Amino acid sequence: MAVISRGFTGRSREHNPELPPGQYLTADFPVLSAGPTPDIDTADWQFGIRKDDATLHTWTWDELHALPIEDIDTDIHCVTRWSKFGTSWRGVSLDTLFAGVEPSDEYVMAHSYGGYTTNVPLEDLLGGKAWIAFEFDGEPLDPEHGGPARLLIPHLYFWKSAKWIRSLEMMPSDEPGFWEQNGYNMYGDPWLEQRYW
Amino acid sequence: MTERETRDAPPHRVGLWHVGVVVSTNTETPTGRSIVLDVPGWGGNLAGQHADVRLTAPDGYQAVRSYSIASAGDGDRVELAVDRFPTGEVSPYLVDELQPGDELELRGPLGGWFVWRPSQTESVQLIGGGSGIVPLMAMIRSHTASGSTAPFRLLYSVRTPDDAFFRSELDTPNPHLDVTWLYTRRTPDGWPRPASRIALADIEASAFAASLAPAVFVCGPTGFVETVANDLVALGHDPQRVKTERFGGA
Ligand SMILES: Cc1cc2nc3c(=O)[nH]c(=O)nc-3n(C[C@H](O)[C@H](O)[C@H](O)COP(=O)(O)OP(=O)(O)OC[C@H]3O[C@@H](n4cnc5c(N)ncnc54)[C@H](O)[C@@H]3O)c2cc1C
Repeated sequence: MAVISRGFTGRSREHNPELPPGQYLTADFPVLSAGPTPDIDTADWQFGIRKDDATLHTWTWDELHALPIEDIDTDIHCVTRWSKFGTSWRGVSLDTLFAGVEPSDEYVMAHSYGGYTTNVPLEDLLGGKAWIAFEFDGEPLDPEHGGPARLLIPHLYFWKSAKWIRSLEMMPSDEPGFWEQNGYNMYGDPWLEQRYW
Repeated sequence: MTERETRDAPPHRVGLWHVGVVVSTNTETPTGRSIVLDVPGWGGNLAGQHADVRLTAPDGYQAVRSYSIASAGDGDRVELAVDRFPTGEVSPYLVDELQPGDELELRGPLGGWFVWRPSQTESVQLIGGGSGIVPLMAMIRSHTASGSTAPFRLLYSVRTPDDAFFRSELDTPNPHLDVTWLYTRRTPDGWPRPASRIALADIEASAFAASLAPAVFVCGPTGFVETVANDLVALGHDPQRVKTERFGGA
């Protein structure tokens, strides 16, 4: 029942099957975050996975870099409707990080330096689908894009790829994170346009 | 709808697209204008929220962009203010083409975080660049309409004196609002501060001090917001109290 906007013709007429519905391509790398950009020294940086039983597995910056590092070439999709094709990242797969961690639960809350949170089902982090990324386009990740390290889950809207990642906390049931409490979808599949509640 | 969505959906839903009818437009700056819409079923919004605007071409092609809402409170009236991005797809249409009587679709209100509620009593520091004034204007209007006595300050950075949105409203004396204008390219005659981009010294000179623990709202183009937010943190503001809205672009 869309109404026609008199005099509007639009610009990008070609349908690109790689572009999820409602998205447009950009060559820039827009920045979207809820507050100021935290300044985190890699000497103080630590990443942890916390289980329901309070067991905590941690990695320092050097320990993370001693793990197998992967190159990731992927498209990314922001809920604010821009998509960017063929971005290149380097990071450590969550499969590698979870190799020595027996999962206790099906859901995970990602926690960031600065207080941001976002929820993800564990199965969306495993199986070659997610990384802790610390390089973008051959350079250390800029602080405004989440440096020194961010979560990278390209198959979900980019608000799930928590910047300044600090820990993953397993949870017995799905709980909303920061944007999810503020109107965004619990899951965020770009192909299903799961933007809002 | 997925199973997950059904099971865990929080109580409120953004819902369907509403059809809005343009009531009036007002040229605000050489590149921007405000647009008042009548949106039956809208039902009001909080100060600081935004809407998704959807345009549909005769062949069915659609484009959607987010726009902050300059109005706040109950009712079905929605005011937007849009700055033309010259090579853009949607903003030139909204600024140059749209006329009273035209229809477009809106969804929202969206965002429950970059908002100011009249029940808040702490001092409020607003810092806007260009069209970043839009959600801050909603907060100023909500503040005035509610009779709130919370001290409000605004730092508004624009290119030249002509580039200010809502100029006359902001120039109207308001005992609870203190406005500081910053010009980046050209100042009014005899203006003491030379034209330049907002800097830490401007914030230090004119904004509420960190020691007052104000609520801070920063909105504008990405580069503006990034600079201001970093300066605020350097000046001792608690990052948790600094809320930002980035409009994209440079
Ligand atoms: C939450 C939110 C609220 C917003 N509120 C407002 C508002 O109140 N008023 C308003 O005018 N705009 C607002 N914007 C920006 C708006 O959504 C559009 O991005 C803008 O109008 C440009 O759209 P377009 O279709 O004309 O250009 P597009 O065709 O989308 O963009 C063309 C190119 O310009 C870049 N670009 C997009 N926006 C900008 C910008 N602002 N400056 C520089 N480059 C840019 C894009 O990355 C792209 O490369 C808001 C954005 C967000 C996310």
